[in-house]
Amino acid sequence: MSERVELAHNALGRAVPTMVNGKPQIPFLGVGKFQPRGRKAAPAISSNKDYPDTGDKRVPDLETALRKCGLRDGMVISSHHHLRDGDKVALMALEAAAKIGAKNLMWFPSASFPSQKGAIELMEKGVIHHIEGSMNGPLGDYCTQGKMRGMGVLRSHGGRYQAIQDGEVHVDIAVIAAPTADFFGNADGSHGKSACGSLGFALADSTYADRVIVVTDNLVPFPCVPWQIQGNNVDYVVEVESIGDPAKIVSGTTQITRSPDRLRIAELVALFLRSTGIMKNGFSFQAGAGGIALAFVQYLKKMMKEDGVKARFVRGGSTKFLVELLQEGLTDYILDGQTFDLDGVKSMANDPRHIASSPFTSYNYHGKGNFASLVDAVVLGATEVDVNFNANVVTHSDGRLLHGIGGWQNCLFSGCSILAVPSFRDRIPVIVDEVTTMTGPGEMIDVIVTERGIAINPRRTDLLDAVKGSKLPIRPIQDIKAEVEKICGGKPSRPKLGDRPCAVVKWVDGTVLDAVWQVS
Amino acid sequence: MSSAVESTQSGQAGHWGKEVRSDVHIAFEAQGGGGIEISLESRVAPYYGTAIMEQTREVLAGLGVKHARVVVHDEGALPFTIGARIETAARRAGIALSNRWLPEQHPIPAPSLKERLRRSRLYLPGSEPKYFVNASLHAPDAVILDLEDSVHRDEKDAARVLVRNTLRAVDFGGCERMVRINQLPLGLEDLAEIVGESPDLILIPKVEQAEQVTEVDRMISEIRKRSGITRPVWIMPILESALGIENAFGIATASENVAALTIGLEDYTADLGVAKTAEGRESQYARSRVVNAARAAGVQAIDSVYGDVGDMDGLLHWGQASRAMGFEGMGCIHPGQIRVIHEAFRPTDAEITKAQRIVAAFEEAQSKGLAVVSLGSKMIDPPVVQRALKLVERAKAMGAIS
Repeated sequence: MSERVELAHNALGRAVPTMVNGKPQIPFLGVGKFQPRGRKAAPAISSNKDYPDTGDKRVPDLETALRKCGLRDGMVISSHHHLRDGDKVALMALEAAAKIGAKNLMWFPSASFPSQKGAIELMEKGVIHHIEGSMNGPLGDYCTQGKMRGMGVLRSHGGRYQAIQDGEVHVDIAVIAAPTADFFGNADGSHGKSACGSLGFALADSTYADRVIVVTDNLVPFPCVPWQIQGNNVDYVVEVESIGDPAKIVSGTTQITRSPDRLRIAELVALFLRSTGIMKNGFSFQAGAGGIALAFVQYLKKMMKEDGVKARFVRGGSTKFLVELLQEGLTDYILDGQTFDLDGVKSMANDPRHIASSPFTSYNYHGKGNFASLVDAVVLGATEVDVNFNANVVTHSDGRLLHGIGGWQNCLFSGCSILAVPSFRDRIPVIVDEVTTMTGPGEMIDVIVTERGIAINPRRTDLLDAVKGSKLPIRPIQDIKAEVEKICGGKPSRPKLGDRPCAVVKWVDGTVLDAVWQVS
Repeated sequence: MSSAVESTQSGQAGHWGKEVRSDVHIAFEAQGGGGIEISLESRVAPYYGTAIMEQTREVLAGLGVKHARVVVHDEGALPFTIGARIETAARRAGIALSNRWLPEQHPIPAPSLKERLRRSRLYLPGSEPKYFVNASLHAPDAVILDLEDSVHRDEKDAARVLVRNTLRAVDFGGCERMVRINQLPLGLEDLAEIVGESPDLILIPKVEQAEQVTEVDRMISEIRKRSGITRPVWIMPILESALGIENAFGIATASENVAALTIGLEDYTADLGVAKTAEGRESQYARSRVVNAARAAGVQAIDSVYGDVGDMDGLLHWGQASRAMGFEGMGCIHPGQIRVIHEAFRPTDAEITKAQRIVAAFEEAQSKGLAVVSLGSKMIDPPVVQRALKLVERAKAMGAIS
């Protein structure tokens, strides 16, 4: 990528490229300011006459499937991360494409994982031109070192759905890993030796891609139920020995943090929900599978029991800890976008109150509402937060890509967005003057909970009023920042970043929130 | 010394590696000339690389080192740790033995009172800097920077310097700042390094004779005098043997500065040659003896630690039994134990209500000039009044009543 990149300043004053991978971009205009026009994208009309009446869409291998899909240079190949770090299918498909001799593909994963670092070699060989999707570990370094030919595009789970739906990204061939499937292409994630729970991340691709391949290691006679992916959208079915490494798909047990400092953060979050009255009968919350979030669920559970409070629904990433809430009658439903451990997978398979959700139902901003905004409180992490409550989840303070956005941006629309973060990590303060990469605008972030105290966004006067008279350590964010800088021996230096954007961060509406700059 | 000899003077201190947090490893090599040469690797280099280089130079200058090669492997250590590790490495090289580099002084909290609440004291290994900065967030009544059993014998010198810097630079909030020194005579070297930084209390391990206390007390007052420290440094002897228990009263009264007496059950049961059990029947006598000796001497009796950090129910029962015996607190080896211990040592609501009624009756009698305090039809004996007054005062200090 040697052409000059035109930059514009968006509504938050961040310099962002106006063209990304040959497509014009709209800089972020402000939350709720962009009005989309036009109609949704749609795949070509299919006809049953082109598919076998027997329903049997099996082909011998991925290479055959890709050939039959008409794989050509420059196509967009998508894959999904419901098998997480255990996934074998994405690389299997890309390597099959390499064997066919395809070049300059755009790989469009819903997220990439360290075990997929083989994609670097495929980029070096010219098979993959660039990646649009979260990149971390070795792939993130490859991108931020400026080695990727195209620009990385980071989208939230909802933003990915929106981009496909709105036609910003046209998927030529979707390859969907299925823990269980039938020959017709109906697919399910909650059964089989590689069971992972929900296949929601693949929903958009299955409905909008030109061609859809289902790859399974557990072929069952028709019908495969439940059909999280409908075979009516599927072109070919490929049976393989193994779609992934079960040990890395879900963890046998998810671990609560044992760090006393992090437990303190988790407890403060729960106490905050109790003190503000957010924790009341019929409420809802979402918490991820990080150590602090899991501990938070345990503290909240205890308080719910003490106060006789029951939730109407909780949102996963589900784990054994959410499943226990369901089984103990402390919530009516789990609406689950992603399943992190074996208890979660089992529960989804066996309990009708544990429901697989998708980025369409939960997160898509260009829809007629979504579930994320209905949630009363969400507990999230961040790598950095600034004094204006803006937050970063994608880069380290040194500018290296570290995480994907996941559902993080989408969750900020909940009634109360809480970032539960240690005030410093390894001497590196988490609260800074200005975030390295803007991932969430401060107006969407309500509360920062650290081990040294709780900072409430001054915009949320209702929350400030609600905690008056409580014993919670409520402090101005600048106070916590100053204390930590004193402990750490002064403000950290700002690492020098390059002047070339190597990736962009999209907001939930497809506008460009920020750029990730090449690290020197 | 010739430069050839000097170049062989080298020393190392601290820790580094993937699993290490908040520490730094220093390899120090004295040189005959050529000034200061520093090489730095740090996981926080983009943020604090310059600051670490500057501090390293400043510390070396402060120690009077002019020519040296220093290799720094930093794992996110805070400045007070970096200073301590450099100083230790230099000393181990046999350089700058009498010089000190002290980190910026955090305002010293108000002196602690002899009778203050000492329900919980959190042990922090003196060689593990990562535990220091956030210790007070868990709100124990005291922290103990430990130089004794949690520190390997090869690390005693390093821990001493680190603890000295910690007392000076780390904010422990409302916690009493205690240091457990080593057994004498090594403990005297500890005192020489740390008393100048005004710890609130010194724990002396394995005390068997009153003379051990007087020796420590004498050394503390010498240093206080020399350094112009007027605030008190209290003493808490730990009795950890049958002989120590036998001499409990003499030990408790060995100095005016003894504020509390405590017992170490691991060593005590080993001395008896019996197993330490969850019920603690084997140490019932010794613990009662400590309580009695402490009360006779007018100091606090403080219990040992509860070793199973996963068993909170067991801890609660132990603590409640301990309070019932007359102890006023115990040690903790994990922050998770603090809250349970505070719960155990909290008077029950019924006790508080009763005590408040007695105190009210006492005050009424006082105001009427009556010598006899009565509650309803019952006459209240003076010791009962005294106990009620003390209970109400403690409950207030614990925040159980306002």
